[in-house]
Amino acid sequence: MIEFKLPSLGADMDEGTLLEWHVKPGDAVKRGQVVAVVDTSKAAVEVEIWHDGVVHELRVAVGEKVPVDTVLATLLAPGEVAPAPAAASAAAPEPRAAAATAPLARPAPATQRAPEPGKLPATTRPPVSPAARRRAKELGLDPDSVPGTGAQGSVTLADIEAAAHAAPAPGAAPSAALASDRQKAMRQAIAAAMSRSKREIPHYYLSETIPMTRALDWLRQRNEGLPMTERILTAALLLKAVAAALQRTPELNGFYRDGQFEPSVAVHAGVAISLRGGGLVAPALHDVGAKPLAQLMRELADLVKRARAGSLRSSEMIDPTITITNLGEQSVQSVFGVIYPPQVALVGLGGIAVRPWVEGGKVCALPLLCATLAADHRASDGHRGALFLAELRELLQQPQTLADASSPTPIQPGDTT
Amino acid sequence: MSTDRAALMAIVVTLLRAIAPEVEPGTLAPERPLRQQVDLDSMDWLNFLVSLHERFGVTIPESDYAGLVCLNDVVDYLQARLG
Repeated sequence: MIEFKLPSLGADMDEGTLLEWHVKPGDAVKRGQVVAVVDTSKAAVEVEIWHDGVVHELRVAVGEKVPVDTVLATLLAPGEVAPAPAAASAAAPEPRAAAATAPLARPAPATQRAPEPGKLPATTRPPVSPAARRRAKELGLDPDSVPGTGAQGSVTLADIEAAAHAAPAPGAAPSAALASDRQKAMRQAIAAAMSRSKREIPHYYLSETIPMTRALDWLRQRNEGLPMTERILTAALLLKAVAAALQRTPELNGFYRDGQFEPSVAVHAGVAISLRGGGLVAPALHDVGAKPLAQLMRELADLVKRARAGSLRSSEMIDPTITITNLGEQSVQSVFGVIYPPQVALVGLGGIAVRPWVEGGKVCALPLLCATLAADHRASDGHRGALFLAELRELLQQPQTLADASSPTPIQPGDTT
Repeated sequence: MSTDRAALMAIVVTLLRAIAPEVEPGTLAPERPLRQQVDLDSMDWLNFLVSLHERFGVTIPESDYAGLVCLNDVVDYLQARLG
């Protein structure tokens, strides 16, 4: 029997509310398949499963808030036979794990406690979650009139509760009250993660000014004549350059856990995305070093869109190996970031502005970018950090080399060959 | 001409609000730089221009981006190309 547990979707999460099941007992699931949607303080996250198997039992009902590592469901491994007694109850899963939590999630009639498996489409997402619909009925609200904040605008239990709180004055009030609650929760989550970072991680900081004429000219030529949707933004080129530069300094890419650094071969870049209305998330763009630029651009656009719609996947929240914060081309000059634990580095990219620069003994005006590195002194030293920024500067002077070639596999520090 | 322009402006603002829902219609000064009034990053800006392209069929080369600063610039640009 395989236990499918609620993963920690980032250092700042210790519990989550199950919003939707996308599977029911008896369904075959494949590794990587989205099986549930879980609400964290930051977003509704699509949770993927990491085993092939057949769903045996759903242990947590829609609407329940449970701690990280709670068993959400059990699965039969391929070839495994269901134990006899449990098979009989599989059709009516009983929530067990969250008996003490989330009283507001407890639906009234006992016969209706879990989603009716047969009625839950496995792949389409209902606009109103079953728990929300039940609660709305209890409260005498029309769930379809409540503004949804869940995945793809779905109405969640929290939306219904918020709408009920604001019931005397229906209209704009419910969504405003909910937005302020969510903002408060997100602020607390950011505060917890960043306080932990500053408490535990001995940061050091470096910065380097990078002439951007060549990179911007190259991008302009490449984008000329391309359909608008195929144009590459500077942000995508910079992501690619950071991933390529990390090949030389693998001690900046990975996790610091249990007193030691674990390097990662692949670069999963956590892209800091500010949300409209405040707060931010930093989901991963996977394997940046290995992807051609055009693909990276498409994936970046998709990630930003989904982050702002509150529709991210669990794998994107779990495993960024480094964070890149890009303030935007029109922003201030530089940013020195706070490392997101258990990562060991954060690359900060400031605005690109025309400023004085000396070249060949002459002062000239060039578009310049200030790149910074905040890194964990337990995993690397300033000398190595400086090599990374120097490599980033050099790579951006040869932007064509970043275009399509995937980066070579890095040499890990432990390699002796 | 002025009604055409007003209608065009209304559509442009609607498309902008699809990207920046916090924008209150009527609060934008069409003669002031748009990106000083609305928090738009380069991805938002590209998406805004793509939505203009999809709505009006006008292709906007990257070299024209620099001239599109205020809402008035955007409407002028579209008017000139829509005939």
